[in-house]
Amino acid sequence: MTEAFADTAPVRAAEPATVGASPWALARRRLLRNRVAMVMAGVLALIVAACLCAPLYAAHVAHTEPFRSHLDATTLVNGKRVPVMEQSSTGLGLGVTPIGPTWDPRHYFLGADDQGRDVAARLLYGGRNSLLIGAASALITCFFATSIGIVAGFFGGFVDGILSRALDVVWAFPVYLLAISLSTVLIAKGFAVGPFRLESGSLFLPIAIIGLVYIPYVARPIRGEVLSLRQREFVEAAIGLGASTWRLLWSDVLRNVITTAIVFFPLMLAIDMLTEAALSFLSIGVQEPNASWGTIILDGQGLLYTRPAVALAPGIAIAVTVLALNVLGDGVRDALDPRAKLRRTD
Amino acid sequence: MNRVGKILVLASVAAVAAASAGATGAQRLDHRGGTMKLLAKAAGGTLDPQVNYTLQYWQLYQATYDGLLGFKKAGGNGAFQVVPDLAENLPTPTKGGKTWVFKLRKGIKFSNGKTVTVKDVVASMQRIFKVKSPTSGSFYAGIVGAKACLAKPSTCTLKGGVVGNAKAGTITINLTAPDPEFKYKLAVPHASIVPADSPPTDAGTKALPGTGAYYFASYNPNKQLVMKRNPYFKVWSKDAMPDGYPDEIVQSFGLTVEAQITAIENGQADWTLESPPADRLNEIGTKYASQAHIETLTAFWYAPMNTRLAPFDNVKARQAVSYAIDRNALVKIFGGPNLATPSCQVLPPGFPGHVDYCPYTKHPGGEWSGADIAKAKKLVQQSGTKGAKVTVLSSDDEVNKGVAVYLQSVLNQIGYKASVKPISGNIFFTYVQNTKNKVQINVQQWYQDYPAASDFLYVLFGCESFHPGSDSSINIAGFCDKGINATMHKALKLSITNEKAANRLWAKVDKAVTDKAPMATLFTPKHIDFVSKRVGNFTFSKQFYWLVDQSWVQ
Repeated sequence: MTEAFADTAPVRAAEPATVGASPWALARRRLLRNRVAMVMAGVLALIVAACLCAPLYAAHVAHTEPFRSHLDATTLVNGKRVPVMEQSSTGLGLGVTPIGPTWDPRHYFLGADDQGRDVAARLLYGGRNSLLIGAASALITCFFATSIGIVAGFFGGFVDGILSRALDVVWAFPVYLLAISLSTVLIAKGFAVGPFRLESGSLFLPIAIIGLVYIPYVARPIRGEVLSLRQREFVEAAIGLGASTWRLLWSDVLRNVITTAIVFFPLMLAIDMLTEAALSFLSIGVQEPNASWGTIILDGQGLLYTRPAVALAPGIAIAVTVLALNVLGDGVRDALDPRAKLRRTD
Repeated sequence: MNRVGKILVLASVAAVAAASAGATGAQRLDHRGGTMKLLAKAAGGTLDPQVNYTLQYWQLYQATYDGLLGFKKAGGNGAFQVVPDLAENLPTPTKGGKTWVFKLRKGIKFSNGKTVTVKDVVASMQRIFKVKSPTSGSFYAGIVGAKACLAKPSTCTLKGGVVGNAKAGTITINLTAPDPEFKYKLAVPHASIVPADSPPTDAGTKALPGTGAYYFASYNPNKQLVMKRNPYFKVWSKDAMPDGYPDEIVQSFGLTVEAQITAIENGQADWTLESPPADRLNEIGTKYASQAHIETLTAFWYAPMNTRLAPFDNVKARQAVSYAIDRNALVKIFGGPNLATPSCQVLPPGFPGHVDYCPYTKHPGGEWSGADIAKAKKLVQQSGTKGAKVTVLSSDDEVNKGVAVYLQSVLNQIGYKASVKPISGNIFFTYVQNTKNKVQINVQQWYQDYPAASDFLYVLFGCESFHPGSDSSINIAGFCDKGINATMHKALKLSITNEKAANRLWAKVDKAVTDKAPMATLFTPKHIDFVSKRVGNFTFSKQFYWLVDQSWVQ
């Protein structure tokens, strides 16, 4: 229904001259005109830049080591030296509370966690890991999903049957349940096949697990698109002209489905970051002393009553990043697939 | 003053005393009744007193089951005293300490109305082996016939080991060797006396009749455990089994710790089994200070290091860890100096055989004075283990994980490549004991079973406590020093005749074990009980913690 509607849609009057411009140039132009998407791209760029600067912030601004416990450390607040972990001195003198946000970037800007570590520095380092895992797993998902979708859709028959059933097997498991099961098993002992080995604390483990569990969700629509392309006149014409299978796959199929994979990428990045946060919150994603936004929320869980900033800060960071990725993803989709009228915002 | 005057004064003093005693007695009677509402995150497993090995239910067994002997229901150190319970008196062992003869009290009834007989006692001793009680192989293996029972539990008779004489009302227990700690072993819940017709398997959620002031009326591990007054109970010894105050004791399961604390603050519940979470401690210590009871425990937190696995098969590597740990930092993770005290040795302060000793600090001596990172780094260099990979295992709760993360930080600081593996608390204790899992270092706690130095030193570091490939190898460090082990045996033997001299020897063992560093002692914990406003007469037994039934709620 959507396709039929899109196919008959009139060309927009406001569309600038397109003669001679490549589809990519046209898409870029459309994306640049989408203000909301551009604002979100800016927000995302800021977050990425800030996270990339984590080592600079930790070493030269906060002067802290975010991966070491600082339970006996002191810091300056309003010119006064105070302990990072404050012992209660009232009543029965029970409990030790980490310092709260000082709003001074040089001294525990967002306060400390239960190990006396600078939350702001860990938030930036955690962002690097969250973004890295999200991006790498989204790449893995899109790459394998595109490859499987193309092969299954193009060759059909037995090959399609095998690949589709394999995808169905993965699809049959609820995605979080599968990710949690794999993580629980692999985080404990690592993964080794022949010379290929992933250590239990390695970031590649969550990357591989998250990348794997989402493959069917991208591969299915791509396979469907390839099945449809396979019946189109230009593909049949190419076959009639004696084009090789490789040429058909490369020039006629891949080039027509790559935009779908590109549209999926930012959306998968957002979903993968959420999955990573969930796994890390359950202690089966990023491992100590490394940080990710999910592990920092876990650290903050025990401090919700006294130092809510420890859990709130990474929570807000995840929300803003995922929102930015989703809006940008929609913008990319609108730019690459202008016929998809139903999703257009302008 | 003349004689008549003296008599008159004495009479009036006696009258006032009697009146006040009567008033106190009446007051106490006024407190009888009501329902004590306890909370726990989850149920504590089987209700069988001869199988369960959790503090959660051992605390409740104090009011429900009796053994031949029992620990005195008293506050503080008084609770360490063993008193006669179902037995008429605490006998002196004969035949060189190998034979104990108990005379059973008459007229005591189980909660099902049946009278306790010699047959019940003999059957209960056999049942320890039939149900494969967790301590059958350690506490009771010295009974004659126990070897056969351990090998084939279902046919256990303890022939020649436990002999009943129904006519004389006596039970004779013969040991293969003198055991100075046998009286303690008979006073713990695993030696509870239950009816002879009790099933020879774990009773699970079905409560066995007991002789205590209360009985378990119902148990749903997903919901709650209800204890009611035993209608057949009459006080025979206030020290062993006094009458309780509440009419009912209900332990409900399922609330989070945070919710439990809030419920107690609001007066919806009376007590929680769980330690208050770190972020509620300040609130409890200030707003609800009168409802918090803090007690020093005879326990220690420690990090056993596997003496049979690299890098900790090197004594210098183990000592390096002990030097590097900042005990004050760990005390902070546990809730601050009012809830824990830094420590370097095995025996906790105030425990038999304890003499202050701390070699692993900046200024070695009696007390820990600060971490010595420089010395630790030097020792790591000397040991040739720098750069080794080390995995720190811990239970996955907040405090244990916090300690493990701290240890990881310290290990990285002194030159190792450390990682942390938190494991579910349900399997952690057995997992780390099994040598097949190749655990290098982990975070552990040990709470006394009974007040004897051997319960720490011999149980945790004796050669006989190490069982490769078994889930039940409590010598987690795999430590076995033949010289130290021989001294332990000497101390065990000596304690039969001269307890003081034995404790002096245990102090030497404590020092020797600490020097060899099969573990890094972290701190001595304190225990916090947070109760509702209406809970009165809070009594803390150092042996079994809060005596639930000795507090009132009205």
